[in-house]
Amino acid sequence: MSRLTVDGEPLEFRPGQTVGAALMAAGILSWRRTTHRGAPRGLFCGIGVCFDCLVTVDDVPNQRACLTPAREGMRIRTQEGTGHDQL
Amino acid sequence: MTSYDPTGYDPAGNDPAGYDLAVIGGGPAGMAAAATATRGGLRVALIDAGPGLGGQFWRQPAPNEDATAFGEADAAGYHHDLATFRRLRGEIFRARADARLELFSGHHVWTAACGPGGVRIRAVDKLSEPGRDIERIVSADAVVLAPGAYDRQVPFPGWDLPGVMTAGGLQALLKAGGVAAGPRVAVGGTGPFLLPVAAGLAMAGSHVVGVFEASATTAWTRHAGAALANPGNLAEGAGYAAALARYRVPYRQRSMIVAAHGTEHVESVSVAGLRPDGHVDTASVRTIDVDAVGVGWGFTPSLELPMTLGCEVSDGDDGSLAVVVDADQRSSVAGVYVAGEACGIGGAALAVAEGETAGRTACRDAGLEADPSPAAARTIRRRRRFARAMAVAHPVPPAWQDVLEPSTIVCRCEEVDAEAVDDACRNHGATDARGVKELNRAGMGWCQGRTCGYAVDCLAARAAGIPMTPQPAPRPVAAPLTLGALAADDAGPDH
Repeated sequence: MSRLTVDGEPLEFRPGQTVGAALMAAGILSWRRTTHRGAPRGLFCGIGVCFDCLVTVDDVPNQRACLTPAREGMRIRTQEGTGHDQL
Repeated sequence: MTSYDPTGYDPAGNDPAGYDLAVIGGGPAGMAAAATATRGGLRVALIDAGPGLGGQFWRQPAPNEDATAFGEADAAGYHHDLATFRRLRGEIFRARADARLELFSGHHVWTAACGPGGVRIRAVDKLSEPGRDIERIVSADAVVLAPGAYDRQVPFPGWDLPGVMTAGGLQALLKAGGVAAGPRVAVGGTGPFLLPVAAGLAMAGSHVVGVFEASATTAWTRHAGAALANPGNLAEGAGYAAALARYRVPYRQRSMIVAAHGTEHVESVSVAGLRPDGHVDTASVRTIDVDAVGVGWGFTPSLELPMTLGCEVSDGDDGSLAVVVDADQRSSVAGVYVAGEACGIGGAALAVAEGETAGRTACRDAGLEADPSPAAARTIRRRRRFARAMAVAHPVPPAWQDVLEPSTIVCRCEEVDAEAVDDACRNHGATDARGVKELNRAGMGWCQGRTCGYAVDCLAARAAGIPMTPQPAPRPVAAPLTLGALAADDAGPDH
């Protein structure tokens, strides 16, 4: 197992998984809140089409969790709105 | 030939790094095209968005040396016809070792242009340094587009809750991540694809509370000829049906998931039976506790690149557009071949046959010897017939419009609800998705209407009292990229 962090908390994952798969495996279903309604969102299409699963990866906002391979030491941050306000 | 060239490519310029053929897409069609073309003597660039080959059908975990990794062996049980995948991949890897093929994995093609000098493809490498887009330009004499397809969706109350996913999304999570989305899962929509999704989840240990299929298998009896001509499909379907029976998964025909409930995530679904006219039997609604939901209403071809290159598209008679190709997979644009789901949804075996055919045609058009394959042509004819029967047997029932509430989100990106879409149509004259978008931004967000476009076209057509016809939605930027990646590029010929 390898390890990344989600909002500073450690999360173990199996290499080969995406960030989205690692989060789902840990029982985390949402990691973003929408701009207008503040609604929670996580994986939907799972293949990079819908952009619902956006997350901040190593300080870069709006990365698709379903396409981003999880890597050792990666810093994942949950997102509010456009993802740019917390930078 | 297209006259507009967004890349500023000088067709007269000689690009020393040019290839004989570029293949975009590393799924069944693209793998078959690349393998066939290298076998025929062409030097090929295979460009694929995934970390490894296989596309969505043979979706693989990211390659990794770690012994604790989730790897191909773990995923094998969720796959169909891995033998073909391994044969094609072996051929592609051998060609790469001999420098007859270059593989660009993790590369998202965001645009392409063609002229008399060939095709120029612009991609961003999203794999080497996550978060930092690195642009790469590939030039080739000709191109095979094999962009595949994605799940067709229609909105329903609660479909934006975390834990509600597309059926393909559930499958991808399982194949590429080894993760079952939840301990209790409901699967719904229509089409044979729901069977392997449910069977895979059951094999992975989830309790599948039911498969809610809107059609009835009796719909098949009208197309028995097409089914009997495709015994492979029947055997595959029977295999999944046996797996569902073994895990005691209820298979409910003429039924659908009409709502998902929860606050922070899905906690239950309402399901209902459908009347013979395709509308909801309101007396039959019941609620089932679940942790995850997967819904799919067939698939929609990815047409961004074919449309950017000017390929002619037409109504694929299943509510989606598809690229028009001749019997040799040539599109309406010289030097652009298209294979697989972009030519109409038909499954992996058809995609492989079309990819092989496109590869042969590219060789022949380049002056190499490559006779047409009668076997591939037969497969294509038979599978196309089967695909048409499928589309007829598995329509999206009108019931989905019955269950919308005014506050149901239709456009997930811009959070436009059914009431706003209705207002745009009934009070402001919108008759298609494009008209609705101009009024309330539905389809204008991150996904560019890929998720809501079909539903908004249907809703607008209904409000206008006209039949729904799929509308072309050109998307000049096929994949997102940072302005930084663009700024770093000087568009020089040897990039």
